[in-house]
Amino acid sequence: MIVGDSKPLEEILEMIEGKDRVLVLGCRGCVTVCNVGGEKEVGILATALRIARKMRGLPGHIEERTLERQCDPEYIEELADAAEGYDAIVSIACGVGPQFVAERFPAARVYPGINTTFIGGALEHGVWSERCQSCGNCLVHHFGGLCPIARCSKSLMNGPCGGSANKKCEISPEVDCVWHLIVEKMEAMGRLEELERVWPVKNWITSRDGGPRRRVREDLKQ
Amino acid sequence: MRLQYPSNIKVIQLPCSGRVDILHLLKAFEDGADGVYVAGCKEGDCHFLTGNFKARRKVNYVKQVLTALGIEPERIEMFNMSSAEGPRFAQVAREFTQKIQELGPSPVKTAKAA
Amino acid sequence: MKAGSNLEKVLKAGHFAVTGELGPPRGNNAEEVRHKAHFLKGVVDSVNITDNQTAVVRMASWAACKILIDEGLEPNYQMVCRDRNRIALQSDILGATALGIKNVLCLSGDHQRFGDHPEGKNVYDLDSVQLITVFKKMRDEGKFLNDKELDGAPGVFIGAAANPFADPFDFRVTRLAKKIAAGADFIQTQCIYNLPKFREYMKRAVDKGLHEKCAILAGITPLKSVGMAKYMAKFVPGMDVPEELVKRLQGVDKKAQGDEGIKIAIEMIQEIRETMPGVAGVHVMAIEWEHRAKEIVEGAGLLPRPVVD
Repeated sequence: MIVGDSKPLEEILEMIEGKDRVLVLGCRGCVTVCNVGGEKEVGILATALRIARKMRGLPGHIEERTLERQCDPEYIEELADAAEGYDAIVSIACGVGPQFVAERFPAARVYPGINTTFIGGALEHGVWSERCQSCGNCLVHHFGGLCPIARCSKSLMNGPCGGSANKKCEISPEVDCVWHLIVEKMEAMGRLEELERVWPVKNWITSRDGGPRRRVREDLKQ
Repeated sequence: MRLQYPSNIKVIQLPCSGRVDILHLLKAFEDGADGVYVAGCKEGDCHFLTGNFKARRKVNYVKQVLTALGIEPERIEMFNMSSAEGPRFAQVAREFTQKIQELGPSPVKTAKAA
Repeated sequence: MKAGSNLEKVLKAGHFAVTGELGPPRGNNAEEVRHKAHFLKGVVDSVNITDNQTAVVRMASWAACKILIDEGLEPNYQMVCRDRNRIALQSDILGATALGIKNVLCLSGDHQRFGDHPEGKNVYDLDSVQLITVFKKMRDEGKFLNDKELDGAPGVFIGAAANPFADPFDFRVTRLAKKIAAGADFIQTQCIYNLPKFREYMKRAVDKGLHEKCAILAGITPLKSVGMAKYMAKFVPGMDVPEELVKRLQGVDKKAQGDEGIKIAIEMIQEIRETMPGVAGVHVMAIEWEHRAKEIVEGAGLLPRPVVD
């Protein structure tokens, strides 16, 4: 899923300063699963914003709404009759949400209420970890199912570097050295020899480095 | 045992303190509560094992939200006590009420009046 | 001859090579480079010039290399993959060799989170192993990475680093072998303090015949004080400073700890040279202590340096 973090309340309050009618807009996709932008978080954020308004004696037109997804125009369309009536729409979907809303409703003032952080998964309830950098050319099967691009701080194809100590990365004891994990896993699988290969230079054209990406499926297009 | 505790406290009963939601706590402040506290079982005595720990973490989360809003985080607390400790329940109620009285009315309310 | 550098010639003639290290200043103070360089002249066969080491911004490595050439010393141009993509790496090696630089050391580079600009974006288009393959291709095939012909191929003696003390230990010789397979002509190791562990590492390397394909230079950094020893042991990832070394330094007067550190370095060089087959030389990294490098090299009986034509 796409994982995000709530923006500091102070930052959101600054965004909506002087805006009378505000909509807090959630998404039932990834951000609901990672507990940052679903219906519940919409309620919490909207309540906090209303408290802030009340404290300053301002009218509290803070409304709440959660769409099925904010990355599909058909769901964004549900806002058609209402969107431009707000002075501010705070989208707490991933970075796609505020862009899709702003694109569909050119006059609307749309603000991002969360910071989109990474593509990852839940290690346990309340803990998420990055797993993919969407490089566009998946190779994890060569590395025991672990991604050196997303999980090595230097994206080394031929790791581990000299900074690997006690299974941890040189940048922080909080970060696993994925190359240590790769070596252990491949050894356990009896595949260590495969790591003797000198991996050639990677083609990053499929990654963000090749420019903004787009995918077209002719069989699905209308 | 008839114990006196301040009448300004509105008790909301829940099957377990773990059932408390961040939204419940925030709504209380939105609706004008001057202080909110969660009374949960003693740590280690939760019938559902970790309900009271979860409640404490939610209380801490709300403290952060209040701080960000410029409201004293002391207006929300978590207390642990057993259901057999009637006197402690009353004592906590008195002490917390006194603390909130010292802090004065919630800034949410005072602004409303102004 | 691949590059015809002094380092290459010394190694080819079978001499026990000695390389040194010089960190460029945190400014454009060329005089500082010359000052440090004169301590190393005649003391080492070539001098590594670090490339924004520990991700702290310093004078460009290639520029400091050029100053050394002008002073009559031979530089080893260190290049990290952290700050340059494949375009800049290839361009820089062409420029460097055009200026007369003949040795290069290919490194991934310390992550910028350590350095003085931790908020920067990194590159890591290539890793150090891939960088070796690119320079080898440019030199041996006269082609860029993209197979286009070069107008003048860089004759360069290609080096790489190895850390025998990083984890996982059992994979370290395999990674060394990868760097050699990729085309490394020489290897300089991370600072060695744990000799038994290095001995085991070298034994495994020699068993694989790696020392015959590539010159392995053992890294030596003198410990200036107990504080430095403790810092290295505790805070530098992948550094192995045995407790007995710290105790030995603690056993002498604070003012004499530096001398003791130099004595330890000399003893280590002698032990490595005399008892560890497959080691072709030493890489003396006297960090911000360039003026004492001579004592170490001289003390280890490695002066005068050979002159090879």
